[in-house]
Amino acid sequence: MVGLEHYLTVAAALFVIGIFGIFLNRKNIIVILMSIELMLLSVNINLVAFSSFLNDLVGQVFTMFVLTVAAAEAAIGLAILVCFFRNRGTIDVEDVNVMKG
Amino acid sequence: MIGADLTTALPEIVLALFAMAMLMVGVYGGKDKLAEPILYATSALMVMLALYAGAQSLDAETAFNGTYLKDGFAQFAKMLILVSAAVVLVMGKSVMAETGLLKFEYPILIALSVVGMMLMVSAGDLIVLYMGLELQSLALYVVATMNRDSTRSTEAGLKYFILGALASGLLLYGASLTYGYAGTTVFAGILSTISEDGMSVGLLMGLAFMLAGLAFKVSAVPFHMWTPDVYEGAPTPVTAFFATAPKVAAMALIARLVHDAFGTVPGDWSQIVALLAAASMFVGAIAAIGQRDIKRLMAYSSISHMGFALVGLAAGTAQGVQGMLVYMAIYVTMNIGVFAFILTMRRDGKPVTDIAEMNQLSKSEPLRALALLVLMFSLAGVPPLVGFFGKFYVLWAAVNAGMTWLAIAGVIASVIGAFYYLRIVYYMYFGAESEPLDTVRAPVQGTLLVASAMIMVLGVINLFGIDAMAALAAEALVR
Repeated sequence: MVGLEHYLTVAAALFVIGIFGIFLNRKNIIVILMSIELMLLSVNINLVAFSSFLNDLVGQVFTMFVLTVAAAEAAIGLAILVCFFRNRGTIDVEDVNVMKG
Repeated sequence: MIGADLTTALPEIVLALFAMAMLMVGVYGGKDKLAEPILYATSALMVMLALYAGAQSLDAETAFNGTYLKDGFAQFAKMLILVSAAVVLVMGKSVMAETGLLKFEYPILIALSVVGMMLMVSAGDLIVLYMGLELQSLALYVVATMNRDSTRSTEAGLKYFILGALASGLLLYGASLTYGYAGTTVFAGILSTISEDGMSVGLLMGLAFMLAGLAFKVSAVPFHMWTPDVYEGAPTPVTAFFATAPKVAAMALIARLVHDAFGTVPGDWSQIVALLAAASMFVGAIAAIGQRDIKRLMAYSSISHMGFALVGLAAGTAQGVQGMLVYMAIYVTMNIGVFAFILTMRRDGKPVTDIAEMNQLSKSEPLRALALLVLMFSLAGVPPLVGFFGKFYVLWAAVNAGMTWLAIAGVIASVIGAFYYLRIVYYMYFGAESEPLDTVRAPVQGTLLVASAMIMVLGVINLFGIDAMAALAAEALVR
């Protein structure tokens, strides 16, 4: 029987993979955008699992909002990335280094 | 029913509709020729909405089934956000126009991010909190990248976007756990669940994740990495905006979340907040010492100031929230003054940001140098200027709440921080002989710089009544 804890475990695993994808990735920024998407989608699994477990629709409404915002966020992220590429001619993570932070 | 709800949320609705209407006007009208009128209209509307929010009664009201709250706390924060956003818009106009960045989208994006901030301070529900935060952030990512032909500006935008999206992810994960273990997303519901069933591990995890996400937004250590780069890379008027209104909104949102949803278990969050506060105060003060670029220096300065404001929150009392609100009001005023100066730093007609450029400024422009001296002393918290009272309020609240160690840490950090503020004063009055900065005719910035410095001096009489208003606001939040 697949219960709530299984869904939560999968979501937690995906979330952690997403975070590691952002920090350990040394290749290019598209991978970071994919990792961000993975984090947001793992949250959606959490919300839908809780919603079904609690018999409460609010979680699914929340999921709809998260999906919409994730789409807007991806659009803005890609737009910024295109501007960056036009100026630098590269999207390697190692080349995001004009300012040292 | 719906009519009453809409009336309660009127300021947000008006500003959102205005932004959308101006977008249509901008697209089908004269494009960037209209940027200036749109900018002035936006700031005029913001000032009017601030007056409207101030004129409302202090009675707490809720709308949309408790997901939207209107109380003294929200009104105080909204007034601060709206007025500072309006002032910063007008202040940066001439510089944006000079650098060819005065596009009609600029005031509209600022207006939309202000709508997001107003929703943040009025949020009574996790969904509203998330939507407000994202509306604010998405607009800010775009304004950071406003100068899209500049490597620095796009890089700043990219870094801000990636770390901001990571923060939203953390916040959202926390929100999902909180929803699952409390069974509701409404703050009042979470509060009653906790007082009935106690604090479960799931709720604690949710709270910790949400605080981590929000700490990114106020740039508290250890989530501050983006701040110096974004401050340096973004166009200066945009940096001035980043340093004021969004900080107030995010700080108010943390206060709202911990008191409205987790107010019955202050012990669980005040430790986390105290740790963030102590780390921010010290890292901000120490890392700023090595900075030569005034925008980067202001970034570390804001990290340190956020640490002090968090001290007030860590106290977990009404007095602490009052101290936090007074501190934010003073911080915003000082920052507007300092950025009014940075916006006019020119050498041979080109903007410069190196602090060594200020050498011997007192000889060529005694008034500007004196005003900046007052602001620097106030930022450092030297008595008897107003900046000292801000620090005094939050540290006193921490002592009264039994957190003497945090107050002592605050005093030490403020002494360390005084070094780099005083170094700027040293450069202005005793620096090496060199060509002075250009004498710029900038009436708006000049007035704001002097006005801000005057407030720092004259405010010592009664803080212009801000502390009494903040006390009312804090009582509305902490019951």
